[in-house]
Parts: sequence; structure tokens; C-alpha cells
Amino acid sequence: MAPIADSVALKPAPTKRGRGYWGSVLLRLRRDPVAMVALAVILLIVLAAVFAPWIAPADPFKGSMIRRLRPIGTPGYLLGSDELGRDMLSRLLYGGRLSLFLGVMPVILAFGIGSTIGIVAGYLGGWINTVTMRTIDVFFAFPSVLLAIALSGALGAGILNSIVSLTVVFVPQIARVAESVTTQIRTRDYVEAARISGASGFTIVRVHVLGNVLGPIFVYATSLISVSMILASGLSFLGLGVRPPEPEWGLMLNTLRTAIYNQPLVAALPGVMIFLTSISFNLFSDGLRSAMEVRQ
Amino acid sequence: MLLYILKRIVYVAPVALGVSLVCFMLVHLAPGDPLTAIMPVDATAEQQSEMRTIYGFDRPLPVQFGLWLGKVLTGDLGVSIATGRPVLGEVARAVKNSLILAAVATLIGFALGSFFGFVAGYFRNSVMDRLASAISVLGVSVPHYWLGMVMVIIFSAQLNWLPPTGAGPGGSADWRPDFEHLRYIILPAITMSVIPMGIIARTVRALVADILSQEFVQALRAKGLGEWGVFKHVVTNAAPTALAVMGLQLGYLLGGSILIETVFAWPGAGFLLNAAIFQRDLPLLQGTILVLAMFFVSLNLIVDVAQTALDPRIQRA
Repeated sequence: MAPIADSVALKPAPTKRGRGYWGSVLLRLRRDPVAMVALAVILLIVLAAVFAPWIAPADPFKGSMIRRLRPIGTPGYLLGSDELGRDMLSRLLYGGRLSLFLGVMPVILAFGIGSTIGIVAGYLGGWINTVTMRTIDVFFAFPSVLLAIALSGALGAGILNSIVSLTVVFVPQIARVAESVTTQIRTRDYVEAARISGASGFTIVRVHVLGNVLGPIFVYATSLISVSMILASGLSFLGLGVRPPEPEWGLMLNTLRTAIYNQPLVAALPGVMIFLTSISFNLFSDGLRSAMEVRQ
Repeated sequence: MLLYILKRIVYVAPVALGVSLVCFMLVHLAPGDPLTAIMPVDATAEQQSEMRTIYGFDRPLPVQFGLWLGKVLTGDLGVSIATGRPVLGEVARAVKNSLILAAVATLIGFALGSFFGFVAGYFRNSVMDRLASAISVLGVSVPHYWLGMVMVIIFSAQLNWLPPTGAGPGGSADWRPDFEHLRYIILPAITMSVIPMGIIARTVRALVADILSQEFVQALRAKGLGEWGVFKHVVTNAAPTALAVMGLQLGYLLGGSILIETVFAWPGAGFLLNAAIFQRDLPLLQGTILVLAMFFVSLNLIVDVAQTALDPRIQRA
């Protein structure tokens, strides 16, 4: 066995230039059927939300008091109607706009703010690092759901407030990952070499630190989108996010709670959308992580 | 060991102080004065400023924080604006109910999660492994408030097997371990157990796979130890980490139970928090969050110490 294994390992190095790290990550990702299906579902949901005004069969705000809570498959109401007689399909399509925005926006903001804080703290080290990381520890002392609800509850309901609360929840988490990766890279020989050869702190951060740190933080951030979607819709579900009559999956789920005895299937639909989106982001993030795990 | 515990407590103290600062600031984050919510609309400016002096809101923030912290340390969390009762009593009762629910949910989640995790870790890449991985992904991706609704739809609305809401018959506010109350805890506990189940299954699978690939397992097998004997070694090695994850999950569930408690109208801390938010009962909001966060901090400390005590490999630095 051993000689064969050796001969495999000793294959001559390819003469042409490889496709690079990100190219190989992309290739591995493309060969992962689960991640690809998840990505397709995400794209489909995003496209449906973006093009909702063109593809929705009805006005998501226009209700009818005599056509309330129609079952799935009613002519003219493909997915039934809600407690105010509004077309469910149209509301689910439109609902994706706010739900996706509220779920993804906090992660993007937290990615920007959290990685800046983490990289600066990790690169500078010393007392700045200690103070920053101890402050972050305080936020880790709150379970994320509790912190999100507490902040939203104190700030009051609303789209902006719910984005602010969720961003505050995710910034410490991303900052901690960014700090730990940066601290590891800061002590590497090539950073030392760059510093000795006269590179400024800014150049080192831009070339060596960012180049190596952004990948892991990005993967971590994608894994947060799933949580963020569930939390954002959860805030609206509690009445702390989007206000009626705006279509949003969490809020729709809340207002349809009264219908669980008459139209259980219709009442459960908004949750199916949240579930589908959240699981797709989770599976895609898992695929991305395993595609990035093996270097070279 | 005692020295280690002392060190951990010293380390936790500033975190606890920070947590109380965040809880204190929550009230001041709210738009306007914390008093606007409770003052009658026709109160004159004079009456308002008098009220402000009574509650101490006219003093500088650091002074207010100091006074508040002093009261908190003696167990005085203020008085609920909505009910006029001391916050501590309200919170203690609600937390007890939450704790019961979270503990049952954690136990169910731990039992099922470790089972799936063990099977998946033992039979890597088998059908069971795929199934266990699927279950753990489902567990962490499902919006649990929706799952709660689905459970109510299936088991209460359709099958009429279990009560949909409440902690006991006749709107019982306290949970007791008898048959009637037991029926009420089943749905919320199972719903809640899905989250720790997914996370524990994932952790245990990784742990078992890692342990089985280590050389000492090969050595155990080589010296003729049966599968059962090897299994016992795997359990002893996986237990400290798995138990630590379980402990932390209990804390997450206690703090994150608000959505599930709202769906099932469970009279716990989450339900109380919800009421406090919508009645703008700021002392109650502040007190509930403080108690839950402090509980989480203490739980972290306990888990940390217990893990060190259980696992001789961890250095007591």
C-alpha cells in the first residue's frame, strides 16, 4: 500500500498556474449539490421578492370582507386568502421584500462594523484589544434572542429599530471572530517580514490581514443570515418589527394565528417561507465553509 | 480548584457590571423620558418635574446608575408600573416557570440530540448519518415560533389531544408536577427542544467522530476490547464537552424563550417580558432582562467550573 500512496502524493506539480484559492473554492462549491440547490432556492426567493410587483396576481393590501380565509386552491386565490381577505400568494411574494431586507441588512451592517472593530482590535493588540474584547464579552452575556427583543422593546417597534437591534446583536459575534483570526495572522512570519521590509501599518492590514481575514469572517457572516431571518421575522411576530398592514412573513404569521382552527394550512404558509429561506441560507453557508476549509 | 473558582468569579465580576450597565441604559434608550409612558396626559410641567425628582430622573446618569445598582444589589428591582407589585417577586415567579420549561426542553433535546449525534458519529456517511445531519440542520433552521404554531394546529386544533396554551387547567399560573399540568408542558417543551437537539447532535457527531479517529481507540481495539468497552471510553471522552454545550443551551433557552412562551401563553419570563414591553412597564422590562442575563452569566460560570472539574485535560490556568 505504502509505495502506491507515495507515488500518488509525489505526482509532478502542474506546470501551468493553478486557478487560485477562490477559483478552487468556487469549483468545489459547484460540485456540492446541496449547496447548489440551496443557492437556487435563495435566488428564486430573492427574484420573487424583487419582481413581486410584476408577478403578484393581486394587490397585497386590497382585502375583501366577504372572501376572508379562503382555502388553498380557491379560484382567484391560488394560496388562499388571509384574515382580511387579501390574496396570500401576493402577500407572500411581497412579504419576501421586507423579510429578506430585515434579515440580511443587519448581517451586512454587522459584517462592516464588526470586522472593522475586530481587525483593529486584533491588529493593534495591547490595552485597546483588552478593553474592546471585554466590552464584547458583556454582549455575549446576553442570549441573542433576549438582547434583540430587549433592544427592540426599549427602542420601540419599527423597521429601523429592528435593524438596529439585530445589528447590535451580531456586531460582537463578528468582531470576536475577526479579532481571533487577526490575532493569529498578526504573529505570522510573513507579516513580520512585511513590517521589516518597511510596509506601513495600513499596507499590512490592507494586503496581509484583510486578504486572510475576510474569507473566514464572510463565511461566519453567511451562517448568521439564517439566524437573522428567524430573529427578524420573530420580532415582527411579536409586534416589535414591521407594522400592519405591511406584508412581512413574521407579522403575517402573527395575524394569522387566529385562523389556525379555520384555515390551518393558510395560517402556516408564512412560516414555511421563513423556514425555507433560513434552511437554504444555512445549507449554503455549510457548503461554503466546507469548500473553503481545504487550502490549495 | 477553589483558587480556580475564585479566579473565574473575579473575571466574571466586570462582565456582570457591564451587563447591569446595559440593562440600566435600556430604559434610557427609549425615546423620550422613561416617565412619559406613565404620566397622565394632562399632567402639568410642574407635576412632571416633581415626578421626575421623586423617581430621581433629574440627576445625572452616572449618579442614577450608582443608586440603581445599590438597590439592585440589595435585591430591590423597583416596582412594576402596571401592577404596582415589586418587580423581583414577579420576575422570580415567571423565571421559575420558564426554568421548568427550559429544563424539560433541554433534557429532551439532550437525549435525542446525543442519540442522533452518537449514531451519526459512529456510522459516518451512512444513511443514519445523513438523517442525523438533516435533523440537526432542520433543528437550527426552523423558526421555532412557527413550529409551535404547527404543533398547536396538529395536536390541539386537529387531533384535540393536548391543550394549546397555558401552563395548567383553568389558566393556572404556576406549573406543578401533576398529570394535568404535565399535559400542558408537552407541546411547548417539544417545540423548544428542537433547537438544542440540533446543536447537540451536531456537537456530539463531531466529538464522536474525532474521538474514534484517535490512536487510543485503535489501541483499545487492538488489545481486544469489545465494542461496548470502546463505547464507554467514547462516552467518557465526549461527556464534558457535550454537557457544557447542554448547560449553555439551557441558558439560551431561558433567555430566548419569549417567542415560544408567547405562542403557548406560558406564564414565564418571556411572557412577562412581552407584557412589560407592550405596557411600557420599564422597571419590569429592566428587571426581567437583568435577572435573565445574570442567570445566563452564572450558568456560564457554573458550566466553565464544572467542565474543568470533570475534564482533567483542561488546564486550570
